[in-house]
Amino acid sequence: MDFASYEPGAFYDEMFDANGAPRPGCELLARTMAGLPEADLARRQRSAERALLHMGITFNVYGHEHGTEKILPFDLVPRVVPAKEWATIERGLIQRTRALNLFVDDMYHSRRIVADGVIPLELVLSATSLLPGCQGLDPPQGVWCHVTGTDLVRDADGLYYVLEDNLRCPSGVSYVLHNREVMKRTFPQVFQASRVRPVDGYPSELLRVLKGVRPTGVATPTVVVLTPGPYNSAYSEHSFLAQQMGVELVEARDLAVRDGFVWMRTTRGMARVDVIYRRIDDAFLDPDVFRPDSMLGVRGLMSVVRAGRVALANAPGTGIADDKVIYTYVPAIIRYYLGEDAILPNVPTFLCSEDKQRRHVLDNLDKLVVKAANESGGYGMLIGPQASSSERAAFAERIQKSPRNYIAQPLLGLSRVPTLVQDAIEGRHVDLRPYILHGGDDIFVLPGGLTRVALQKGSYVVNSSQGGGTKDTWVLAGDTSNGSGASIGSVREAPAC
Amino acid sequence: MLSRAAEALYWMSRYAERAENVARFLDVSLQVTLDLPDAHGDPWAGVIAATGDEELFAARHGAATRDAVVRFLTIDAESPNSIFSCLRLARDNARSIQEAISSEMWEQVNKWYLLVRDAASSGSVLNDPHEFLAAVKEASHLFVGVTYLTMTHGEGWHFGRLGRVLERADQTSRIVDPKQSLVLARPADVVPSPDEVHLAALLRSVSALEMYRKRYGTIEHQKAIEFLVLDKHFPRSIRHCLDKGQESLRVIAGTPSDGAGTRPERLLGRLAAEYEFGVVEEILAGGLHEQLDGLQSKLNDVGMAIFETFFARRPDAQVVEAPVAVDAPVVEAPQ
Repeated sequence: MDFASYEPGAFYDEMFDANGAPRPGCELLARTMAGLPEADLARRQRSAERALLHMGITFNVYGHEHGTEKILPFDLVPRVVPAKEWATIERGLIQRTRALNLFVDDMYHSRRIVADGVIPLELVLSATSLLPGCQGLDPPQGVWCHVTGTDLVRDADGLYYVLEDNLRCPSGVSYVLHNREVMKRTFPQVFQASRVRPVDGYPSELLRVLKGVRPTGVATPTVVVLTPGPYNSAYSEHSFLAQQMGVELVEARDLAVRDGFVWMRTTRGMARVDVIYRRIDDAFLDPDVFRPDSMLGVRGLMSVVRAGRVALANAPGTGIADDKVIYTYVPAIIRYYLGEDAILPNVPTFLCSEDKQRRHVLDNLDKLVVKAANESGGYGMLIGPQASSSERAAFAERIQKSPRNYIAQPLLGLSRVPTLVQDAIEGRHVDLRPYILHGGDDIFVLPGGLTRVALQKGSYVVNSSQGGGTKDTWVLAGDTSNGSGASIGSVREAPAC
Repeated sequence: MLSRAAEALYWMSRYAERAENVARFLDVSLQVTLDLPDAHGDPWAGVIAATGDEELFAARHGAATRDAVVRFLTIDAESPNSIFSCLRLARDNARSIQEAISSEMWEQVNKWYLLVRDAASSGSVLNDPHEFLAAVKEASHLFVGVTYLTMTHGEGWHFGRLGRVLERADQTSRIVDPKQSLVLARPADVVPSPDEVHLAALLRSVSALEMYRKRYGTIEHQKAIEFLVLDKHFPRSIRHCLDKGQESLRVIAGTPSDGAGTRPERLLGRLAAEYEFGVVEEILAGGLHEQLDGLQSKLNDVGMAIFETFFARRPDAQVVEAPVAVDAPVVEAPQ
């Protein structure tokens, strides 16, 4: 494999600097890959894909008939994050998660932050993700956001920005674990020498967090994972996590509320359930409180949650904190609750609800990315510079109709990572989704994450539903003996090395 | 364990076992039809008749040619008992309980399914059915072995084994049944009774030839029937399957050795006793087909009783037992 013709381009390349020299931490990887015959890399790529297929790591494609499963495209060239960079990311994510959790709690109680004039009341009340059914809820340990998957991007200046906070059952962590397993099989030599921090402790950490938020009075809690069922696009992940944690994977039809508790139907009668890691949207959880037509939920569940007799992870209502308008206030939220400056910056964002900013957005639609405030997965989005004029006109109309629903950001020149394209290597844009677990006292950041890659040439859309793939993410253990603590048992303040 | 998971384990195993048996049945049919005299009419119509799917076959494929029958029983997605259909169902069930089985089991059933799916899209089955069927059988053995070695032999494992042995007892009865078996159903004017070559093919089709020889030496019709129906230790004999099913049901229900147990245990217990104390001469005198027909219908009753006792979702209002977590620890009531 020859990197001589590799063109880093006018972007931040994660592997090579502007002169084409490998960045710190990437030397060995670059050297090993350069030493491989071209056909060899392609062969390893195919063998990795076959392994994923055999492991059944597939996602269901919506809108297709039963049986349409695909493997998420996986690219063999890893994304490397040096220890020092990671230390900052980790501190920033811990800070952000702690603040957002306090914010959600405040939103469903006295709303101090509104009373103190930091966030306008009408912005909170107009958020579609604010759930009145959660007012006054007190989840165990005060934890609302047990699992968070924050999307980070890196601009041409090499700085990391937070693009989105995903506080509503973010998915994808199973790919992090599977990708790693496949990389170990496919590239054992490089892997060993690079001192990559392990990610396989995630299920144990997740189980620890789930057990930690059990209702009071329960000594040995029964934890379950609640899935919408095998036809859900993330079903593989639900069953994988249940399997790895050694807990039951339940569907709503396996659960019932009786006598003020939640029970599951077993071959020997009903067994009590204490903690539910639910992978069902808020709206479907309980037809009594949220969507009455939900077939996926458990009638009466919220009354048990309110009584403190079952814990839900994540708690319902956390969507208020990843509303894209609220997002622009996160630096203020961090300052308000923690008295600190945000370690990880936001992407500069224009609010269409503000007259002046909206005018700017409408005048510059060809330069901006417009997003719907309450959508994810790359839907409801306009990439101005790449859109046709009729698409832009349609969006302008939607913005004027409901300005609260839209925000706009400059198009970031997302960083790139060398990626195998047919038999050659070319740069492709990536983002990074680390996973954060909040257990009350401790906040744990998995040293790794999902690197999503836009496989289409020039594309910025990394979503799996729209032609994205994934890469293994190598967080390096650092080179001082102090910083090489590759154990992921707990993350206090990580040593900055 | 969850009723839904128990049911899925049971059906996963049943469908996996069925896939292997279809492969065995087709393999022996391919061999035997080669030897049949031309005067014997159309052997492949007989094969389809033995499966009981004649109408569907005629609607989908018309005349019973070798290729059409092979296709119908292996890769035809619309044929409910094709190897492909059985494996799709086995895998769907496994997929719905991935957390209850080992990752090795899931990977094996997944690979097995992909093997058949790829064969279905390439059409290579028709060129070399024997190789394909051998691969299916091997994958099945791997699956059973991996299941034995990687899954705790607890309640879930026993639900799986229960499904497998009940399916196998049923399938063996179909291979032995003179009205369903290609080998044993040969009209008297062709050969007076199945000759040694065909009996050997029949025994081989259930991997019983060597074991039979160790037990009886020479190959005779009555002894072959005795071996496949009444042998205590051969893993595919009907009696053996019923014994193992009974054993698993006892573990599942937690019935003490002197207890009568649940309804499925009583039904299966009576049926197993019939074979434990059965005599081959009496069975043949009373009609082998009638005997096996009775077996198949009693096995259906056992299956229904298992469903009602363990899988049926009771309405919320009828929680009959005190809440006991089986695999989960018993919790203390709050406050």
